[in-house]
Amino acid sequence: MSLVLDEPIMATPPRWRMFLLRLLRNRSALVGGTILLLLVLSALFAPLLAPYDPFKVNPIQRLRPPSWDHFMGTDEVGRDLFSRLIFGTRYFLLICVVTASISASIGTLLGLLAGAGSRFVENLIMRVIDVMLAFPYILMVLVVVAILGPSLWTGMVSIGIAGIPGYARLVRSAVLTVRREDYVLSARALGASESEILFGTILPNVVSPLIVYLAFSMPLAALVTSSLSFIGLGTQPPAPEWGAMLVNSRTYLFSAWWAVAGPGMALFISIFGLNILGNGLRDVLDPRSGR
Amino acid sequence: MTQYVAKRLLLLIPVVIGILLITFLMKALIPTDAVTAMYSGQLSEKDAAEAIATLRAKYHLDLPWYQQFFIYVRDLLQGDFGDSIRLRKPVMEELGYRYVNTIILTLASLGIALVVGLTAGILAAVKRNSWLDVTATTVGLFGISMPAFFFGLLLILVFAVWLRWLPVVPKGNLALLLPALALGLIEAAPISQVARTSMIDVLSRDYIQAARARGASELELVVRHALPNALIVVLTLVGLQIGNLLGGAFIIESIFSWHGIGELAVNAIQWRDFALTQAIILISAATYLVVNLVADILYAWLDPRVELST
Repeated sequence: MSLVLDEPIMATPPRWRMFLLRLLRNRSALVGGTILLLLVLSALFAPLLAPYDPFKVNPIQRLRPPSWDHFMGTDEVGRDLFSRLIFGTRYFLLICVVTASISASIGTLLGLLAGAGSRFVENLIMRVIDVMLAFPYILMVLVVVAILGPSLWTGMVSIGIAGIPGYARLVRSAVLTVRREDYVLSARALGASESEILFGTILPNVVSPLIVYLAFSMPLAALVTSSLSFIGLGTQPPAPEWGAMLVNSRTYLFSAWWAVAGPGMALFISIFGLNILGNGLRDVLDPRSGR
Repeated sequence: MTQYVAKRLLLLIPVVIGILLITFLMKALIPTDAVTAMYSGQLSEKDAAEAIATLRAKYHLDLPWYQQFFIYVRDLLQGDFGDSIRLRKPVMEELGYRYVNTIILTLASLGIALVVGLTAGILAAVKRNSWLDVTATTVGLFGISMPAFFFGLLLILVFAVWLRWLPVVPKGNLALLLPALALGLIEAAPISQVARTSMIDVLSRDYIQAARARGASELELVVRHALPNALIVVLTLVGLQIGNLLGGAFIIESIFSWHGIGELAVNAIQWRDFALTQAIILISAATYLVVNLVADILYAWLDPRVELST
């Protein structure tokens, strides 16, 4: 899935109130935002919302179908699936935030340096980025996991690293366009230092495309992280991470479909929510890209 | 054209060196070296130390890194990818048939993705803003949000468990059907989006209007005049798509027990079998590079403007 936006947005970002109003009027953003809000709330209040302890094993109640006692049934050791799904939102959001922070911070910095630095710096950075892009995304992730060993954190770090090139390319191309603008030239004429221009003048003007890119790369990162857990190279059971929950329940696919459907649907709905939120954000921040 | 190809090949050199360095460094960066991992806890300490020393010398682990890198590249050029420590045989022996399996799966799913994606994208563009367009776009959005492994499990659940159309452990060509569907249908989503956008773009061009004015039928207009040009854009996407399919294969293969390099890679990482991991990553990256090179050259050949802009 290529996420490269070729046209940075030049207009000054709308003031946050206007922005919020327009976002609320956008149907995709509203639905996506609601899903995200529900995720955040259930992550914050997980202990209050979950009827059972997500780690409590209860062999007598194993693989029970959905019922009044257990909305979503129980898994192969009798843990309440609904409670585990609720606690799973914490993992989902943690993954989104950590992977995005790694890719966005390092990628933006590299992109700024490549776009505004000397010829030598630019060439050096872009060649490294080219090599990283020559690897399919999953392979890049596997290289890092192979080095660091499988766990939740190495999974997140590897996906964070694999996301760097996309941000670097996006920011660089945005900087190349912005630096020729009059306000950058005038800042330079007024005697601003290079780093002041870079972080004070150029960076604020590449924020819009960055936000849109962020909104689209987050669900992708969450999807890959859960896939990684699913093949045993990410979060390890018994953590109630949705991808990891599917590892064991797939063995019981034939007798207990709910143990697969629950975590799978939770993942699907959350990622879908982030994706349409991204669509809404793009429509609001970059009206020209609309249909 | 020759110039473009030459330039494209030259640009590949740093990338190839980079890939070699990364796969080589993987081994150097890994905390326990493979030989220690192989013998830990199996022998008395003295025997182990001796065995480790011999094997370290055999795998050149005692040399400085740049000499190791040189030996690594030299061996690769001779087609020697090293021995798998877990399987106790040359990596190439295991990799060969598995690579073919992965390619079969990738091509089958690419076929499905193209047929479904192009049909949906073109229909959506031609019947723009109709219920068909809205449905195709929504289903596409679902496709992008659907984890491949969950979709794979759903397919098993529906076709093997509920409908019983397929055996739970299918044999032969049937075994290919579900994994190829799982991968192909998911990758159809981005293809249909791109096909739709580029078709809408092409359909608004003057030459289409001219053909319409000359009395060409709508079908002729779409298939003969618009489609060839719209396909050019889709082509570059397909190059990238193969990377996704290869990556997706890594996950899908484990679910459906399809014996390709993806399933092997997952095991190799868990076994900490680095020669194997290294070889799989190298061979997948190489495949991806070649596919993209071919796609780029085809693209330049079909659309001469590309050549001018580079």
